[in-house]
Amino acid sequence: MTKYESLINDLAPRKFGKRGTIWTFILVVIIIIGLIAYIDQIRQGQVVTNMRDYALWGIYISNFVFFVATSFVGSATVAVLRLTNNSWRTPVVRIAEIISLASIVMAGFTIMIDMGRPDRLLNLFIYARLQSPITWDVIIIPTSIILSFLLLYFPLLPDLAILKKHHLKTKPTFSKWYGKLSLNWTGSKAQKAIQSKSIKIIAIMVIPVGILLQTIDAWLFSTTYRIGWDSTNMGAYFTSGAFVAGLGALITVVYIIRKVRGLEHYITDYHFDKLAQYLLVTCLAYVYFNINEYLIPIFNAPAEEEIHLNALVYGDYAGIFWFSQIVGLILPILILLFKKGRKPLPMFIVGIMVVLGSWWKRYIIVTPTLLHPFLPIEGVPESWHHYFPSMHEWLITGATLAMALLIITLFVRFLPVIPIQRTAEEKGLLNTDKKAET
Amino acid sequence: MGNKKTQAASRREFLRNISNGSVLAVSGLAYYSLSSCKQPSEEKTTLLTTDGKLVKVANSEIEEMEHLHQGASPEEARKGIPGKKFVMVVDLAKCKNAKKCIEACDKHHNLTPDRPYIKVLEMQDNEKSAPYWMPKKCFQCDNPPCVKVCPVGATYKRTDGIVLVDNERCIGCRFCMAACPYSARVFNWGAPPEGQLDLPYSPETSLPSKIGTVAKCDFCPEMLRQNKLPHCVTSCPNGVIYFGDEIDDTVTNGEETVRLSTLLKEKAGYRYMEELGTKPRVYYLPPVDRLFPFEETTQENSES
Ligand code: SF4
Ligand code: SF4
Repeated sequence: MTKYESLINDLAPRKFGKRGTIWTFILVVIIIIGLIAYIDQIRQGQVVTNMRDYALWGIYISNFVFFVATSFVGSATVAVLRLTNNSWRTPVVRIAEIISLASIVMAGFTIMIDMGRPDRLLNLFIYARLQSPITWDVIIIPTSIILSFLLLYFPLLPDLAILKKHHLKTKPTFSKWYGKLSLNWTGSKAQKAIQSKSIKIIAIMVIPVGILLQTIDAWLFSTTYRIGWDSTNMGAYFTSGAFVAGLGALITVVYIIRKVRGLEHYITDYHFDKLAQYLLVTCLAYVYFNINEYLIPIFNAPAEEEIHLNALVYGDYAGIFWFSQIVGLILPILILLFKKGRKPLPMFIVGIMVVLGSWWKRYIIVTPTLLHPFLPIEGVPESWHHYFPSMHEWLITGATLAMALLIITLFVRFLPVIPIQRTAEEKGLLNTDKKAET
Repeated sequence: MGNKKTQAASRREFLRNISNGSVLAVSGLAYYSLSSCKQPSEEKTTLLTTDGKLVKVANSEIEEMEHLHQGASPEEARKGIPGKKFVMVVDLAKCKNAKKCIEACDKHHNLTPDRPYIKVLEMQDNEKSAPYWMPKKCFQCDNPPCVKVCPVGATYKRTDGIVLVDNERCIGCRFCMAACPYSARVFNWGAPPEGQLDLPYSPETSLPSKIGTVAKCDFCPEMLRQNKLPHCVTSCPNGVIYFGDEIDDTVTNGEETVRLSTLLKEKAGYRYMEELGTKPRVYYLPPVDRLFPFEETTQENSES
């Protein structure tokens, strides 16, 4: 076997092992349970949630914001690293593209789960009002889905052709499908020219669209008068948080795939070190925005905002607030400062910390604000003064997270998670004249 | 512009009539010009139509209508009552938390007690000043944040100043609730309560409520079309709530009719959180020279 063939063997998708099958099965079960809970929510209405007239948005929205944030990883790694000519990105870009696509698709679903009348979805198009930030979302989310898809698909073409050839004898049906999906890729000069040009255009478009997506998401909050949302800081704050959440998710997934698929030779300590430095920089930027958001108001916060901030820092939400700040941000920074902290295993732990911290951070952005309105909460049942998700909300949210993981799992099952063609070129195993880049 | 003058005059008359209680007799009647086949008679009555015109109608043409409280259709309800700018003034000095307005509103809008359109809030501006009761409903803002953010135009501003919700179009995103700084909106989290569900839907009555849609105080436009006052105004035993028309510059609480401008000037009327720039159509008169001492529970309010 030549080096090139063994490379294909290493990187070509593989059947699930026992662990993979159990994992997929568990995800499917969680999704089915969530689906049942959602059907019940449609039948009974959103009374099954713990949202009420004051806590009018809950984890559906914070989970939506989380998905939107993680979807930024595509723009953050693929596009930004490409424009800055960071060639170490090769083995992680495809995983980033997959996470990006899975997240943005799930963001679309999650926002629909929050609608009181999902049956009237079409009203968003029939009666669309351009001045509403929700309409902006209706425009930007499908745009992002398409772009994320293309950003995943175009660089895949040469690999699909390779897989077609690779599976020709062993699995003819697979081979046929890979062949169809590769759009008859032959690797001719003309094809390569078109491909690399298209990828360039998409990669450039992905950055403004990604930033817009994050910002529009922030505007959903900052266009209201609510304490804690009514801040001009929001757009930049959300974008910076998205870098952190996205990279955290990427590192976690990369570690698992590397471990399960035995890709230690392809994704090395060097790559983890680079990812760690990238995460460190974005975390520091995020600290800066957090200081703006939570520390500076100490000087001039109006009475209502002070009540809100106190509830975060000492009050009902102190536990979650400090968890997201310390576990999700400060500790990762401290760990990443050390060379030992930037090794794969500590990085995996940091990744998980960052993802959990990011998820709860979104919760802390959405919920407490709603429970601190300008006028006192009176004349409603006692339970409406607080909010914690109901069983239905947890099950449904759990299902959306499982769904995202399932999408990622299936992509990993059927696609080469590390670009074959590009890796071969970089290792000098191919003598092609022009590079097909990602 | 002679027509305008007559209209204005008629409105003043209407407001005067309300204080006498006589307009109530007229407003339960409707004019059928085409469908009637009765003998024409000599006697005529002057009536005020829903769009504010004064008409003379032969008595034989007048019939009582049964479902006057049905309100306009969703399309019709977007227009507003011509020539009107409705406004409300709440005199905080008179409120003793009797909660009769809430009761009346709940009854007419088929609401359950946990999600009323009106709330009477216990307010205290600072530690030293005395607490007071503040009846609060939708302020029908002239620069309404709720309307700005609605993605489908299910909530809208009318020419007569009223902000309504079309619950047949609302997608239940609750963005308007998040945008309203005054927490004026409620949501139908589950199936609406039983009763009054067989009416044809009108945004003007907010009936029947629908699951998964938003609702709020609507200023009772179906009453206004009949030249009646909103339910909260008439039900208040203490005459706290004044209602009227800004163009006419008159408001009434059912007992006395006063000039809006004079009232606001003399009693230092203000709007809640003016600094937000939402331009509410509900004014408050500060709680000075109170009619009642502030009591957490009185005989009156403990039973309700
Ligand atoms: S009080 Fe609230 S619901 Fe009413 S018009 Fe103003 S913003 Fe809209
Ligand atoms: S809940 Fe209904 S009325 Fe409110 S913003 Fe959404 S669609 Fe508009």
